[in-house]
Amino acid sequence: MFNPQPLASNLNEPVLAVRSLRLTLSGQELLRGLDLNCYEPGVTLMMGANGAGKSLFLRSLHGLLPAEGVIEFAGRSLREAQGEQAMVFQKPTLLRRTVEQNMQFAAPEGTSTAQINALLREVHLSEKAKQPARRLSGGEQQRLALARALLTQPRILLLDEPTASLDPGSVLIIERLIQQASAAGVKVIFVSHDIGQAKRLASDVVFLHQGKITEHSPAENFFKQPASVEAQAYLAGELLV
Amino acid sequence: MLIDAFSEAVILIGSADPDLFEIMLLSIEVSLTALLISVLLALPLGTLLAISQFPGKRIVITCLNSLMAMPPVVIGLLVYLMLSRSGPLGVLGLLYTPTAMVIAQVLLITPIIASLAHQTMEDLHLEYSELFQSLRVAKMRAIPVYLWDARYSLVTAVLAGFGRAVSEVGAVIIVGGNIDHLTRVMTTAIALETAKGELALALALGIILVTMALIVNAAVMLVRTFAQRNAYV
Repeated sequence: MFNPQPLASNLNEPVLAVRSLRLTLSGQELLRGLDLNCYEPGVTLMMGANGAGKSLFLRSLHGLLPAEGVIEFAGRSLREAQGEQAMVFQKPTLLRRTVEQNMQFAAPEGTSTAQINALLREVHLSEKAKQPARRLSGGEQQRLALARALLTQPRILLLDEPTASLDPGSVLIIERLIQQASAAGVKVIFVSHDIGQAKRLASDVVFLHQGKITEHSPAENFFKQPASVEAQAYLAGELLV
Repeated sequence: MLIDAFSEAVILIGSADPDLFEIMLLSIEVSLTALLISVLLALPLGTLLAISQFPGKRIVITCLNSLMAMPPVVIGLLVYLMLSRSGPLGVLGLLYTPTAMVIAQVLLITPIIASLAHQTMEDLHLEYSELFQSLRVAKMRAIPVYLWDARYSLVTAVLAGFGRAVSEVGAVIIVGGNIDHLTRVMTTAIALETAKGELALALALGIILVTMALIVNAAVMLVRTFAQRNAYV
């Protein structure tokens, strides 16, 4: 189902490189000079308290916000890599059409009906293919949004809290698909508040606080021994302001 | 007197009076033609205004909204000046023809449909723009998507335009002249017959107009109910 080309051919080249990334909106600096190098192809999880800048960072990586600085995916500029990205938003935007038509809309040229049906099966929506997409439950809508994103065969998958407030069944289906995509070589960058989910999925964690990256470490290290004071407080369940 | 006039009106409708039906059919023909032209102009215009950014956009939108409130007689007067023998389009000889009435109605309802379409499309654009950016959907590909996805809301705008066109009297009487068997439509005929004291024909036409308004409103309601049931609005 997923057969992306490997993102980086050279292991010394970061899959994602961010340098001096700044975002200012309405005169307020919201991302304050972010630097990041991700060498691991797996799932990079972005964590942090509300308002830390995770979603803004993710949207900047997708080119949706006018951030200044350098963003490179395997040595290629954001503009060059944009066609290989897909993003799933926290609140899925679905066209006022059927489930099947939503998939067809996003399908790249040459996509077969069999591919669409296979993905719909993966997200357990085959039987609802002819139903209006916006009549689906929240979990079903998000599963459809993920299936639609995967249909574009992305090499970079950006996910903005796709499982927030979903039923456990939908969370399980979404997590399984993310793991499959990651195993197939798709670079996944995932924003989540859910520490349990982070432990299940993440290969590395980027921790943000007040528009800055305070820590980037392998997931195992992050959860055992967080280096930054902010991450320690966050994992301890303290309120970060 | 009123009861007699009403009975005669019902008889006129029931007997399919040829004069009555000629007037009714011309009204529908003129208004539907105007509606078709307006839809072709107004829907793409409203969509483009909603999804495009250009200098002076706010001014264009303000002008469009102001045109909605333009008095029909003023539109009639402008079309008259354009089409009269000494006007710039006088050579076409269109004054006092159904074509002149179509032109007046197009000018009257295009801003209404465009403005309603613009509001609908602006809301939809707010919802879809990030998805389209994410999927790299080009503007020219986005326009038909917006039009299709807003189809049920746009039907309401289009029917509102038809209702306005078919019930219009001021502009069509100026440019059409209310000529028997040529440019007499329901509204102008009602005005004339009432002035003459021929209440039966006026009432019959009034009944037909009200019935048409009811049908249009019922159609709007049905469309909206279907669309809401399927979460298409």
